Amino acid sequence: MDTYISKCVDKMKPSGIRAFFELVLGMDDVISLGVGEPDFVTSWPVREAGIYSLEQGFTSYTSNKGLYKLRLGLNRFLKKNYGLDYSPDEEILITVGVSEGVDLALRAIMNPGDKVIIPAPSYVSYGPVTELAGGIPVFIDTRKDNFRLTPSALEKALDKNTKALLLNYPVNPTGVSYSRKELDAIKKVALKHKLLCITDEVYGALTYDFDHTPFATLPGAKEKTLYLDGFSKSYAMTGWRIGFACGPKEIIAAMTKIHQYTIMCVSITSQMAACEALQTGHASVEEMKREYRRRRELIVDGLNRIGLECRKPQGAFYAFPSIRSTGMCSLDFCKKLLQEHKVAIVPGTAFGDELLDRVRISYASSYEDLKEALARMEIFLKTISPGGKRGK
Amino acid sequence: MDEILEILEKNARVPLEDIAKMTGRKIGAVKKAVAKYEKDGIIIGYKTVINKELVKDDNAAVRALIEVNIAPQKDVGFDKLSERIYSFPEVSSCYLVSGTFDLLLIVEGKDMHTAAKFVAEKLSPLEGVKGTVTHFLLRKYKENGVVLKYKEENKRIAISY
Repeated sequence: MDTYISKCVDKMKPSGIRAFFELVLGMDDVISLGVGEPDFVTSWPVREAGIYSLEQGFTSYTSNKGLYKLRLGLNRFLKKNYGLDYSPDEEILITVGVSEGVDLALRAIMNPGDKVIIPAPSYVSYGPVTELAGGIPVFIDTRKDNFRLTPSALEKALDKNTKALLLNYPVNPTGVSYSRKELDAIKKVALKHKLLCITDEVYGALTYDFDHTPFATLPGAKEKTLYLDGFSKSYAMTGWRIGFACGPKEIIAAMTKIHQYTIMCVSITSQMAACEALQTGHASVEEMKREYRRRRELIVDGLNRIGLECRKPQGAFYAFPSIRSTGMCSLDFCKKLLQEHKVAIVPGTAFGDELLDRVRISYASSYEDLKEALARMEIFLKTISPGGKRGK
Repeated sequence: MDEILEILEKNARVPLEDIAKMTGRKIGAVKKAVAKYEKDGIIIGYKTVINKELVKDDNAAVRALIEVNIAPQKDVGFDKLSERIYSFPEVSSCYLVSGTFDLLLIVEGKDMHTAAKFVAEKLSPLEGVKGTVTHFLLRKYKENGVVLKYKEENKRIAISY
């Protein structure tokens, strides 16, 4: 035996930019726009609810599906906000963030050789997790469509082995989101080919120019949709690791089987805190959104001004500008920017080998830091391309 | 409450251009709204919140909360006597409250002695003032929604997906 490691894991590609991440973590005084989580802490009432539950001695397991109180809270929340009615008994599962939800969903539905369509660039876990589940990820390159999935591109990517569409919106890393009309067109193709639509809507509450449309609210879509969401981004609760899956009961039941053997249940403290977030979190979501919107304007205007072409993202807290004008590849660009000007951003290649001319800039940082980072980037751009010509 | 007021109440120095971006309104509309709020007296002023404990200044003021019992007067109730009291420059805030006393004052003076003198010589002798209880402020933890302490350090890891 050469190795104890399974073939699947052995051939899984480690993230190509881990060395870059290590470099960032080893440096002091860096302005980091490389962070994939809110810069707000969880609101105090939510933290207090977690503390109080500990004081009260809530330290046990919960039902595999999650506290009934929380599932009921979600049922009411989704009904009130989106008119979506999921049974707390059979159609809701509390997960360890959306990450676990994606893993459970894929493991619950994949047979060897089944294909999952993933619009690229995508969040980093989708491809590897699909392979771990025995499936084949089929990436649709959305670059020529301004990073948007179109119905025709979806239609073209399908074959008889395609089982599901894994759709994230607003998208990490591009900030793209879809209007109801666009989603409806995508839905029509998906329904025609009987695809299961697994939607990662964790940034849904952070949609700026129009209202977020949960996929399951589209006419006829609910029975074919597995809706994944969480508390991480909307309530600034990343470290609590809590999310939820809603969908047809047979799929939720299958996911619950895996969940009960692998995870058992989400930490009860996090579940108690999440109940409070549903009750009182609305004001803090609105306030955060307002602040992100202001930062979005600053960063998008700023990037375009200094010569990095950037479209306005509709959601999440990422800008995804092109660095083509510099002639550099994204990893070199990010390394140099970090080493010479102490600004950390994420190379596009972290989200797909083909994204050599893109970088992800998170605007989940203070307004002052964003201003300073833009000023440093402007100086950096001048040094690498004097007179606007291509630098070395 | 209008979003513009919510934003300004938190931070009066947010530029109007930024408020326009945050609320998705036109800059002209924001300017107009703020001007109207100022004209109508809805926005009364813009102040800076200073954590005086960190200011090295020998003239730092002391503050006292003073409970005052007063006798209401015919026709005007508490209003007339309240006006006499809150007109003293030492009184920075004055509230009529329910409960075991009537007025709650916040009084500022350069030291405890000055504040005590105000109570003994100005406030208590007023006709209609039946009694006072003075609480000197020892430490401020939070004021007007602002927690008074050093900035917290960032607990996030510097880079993540």
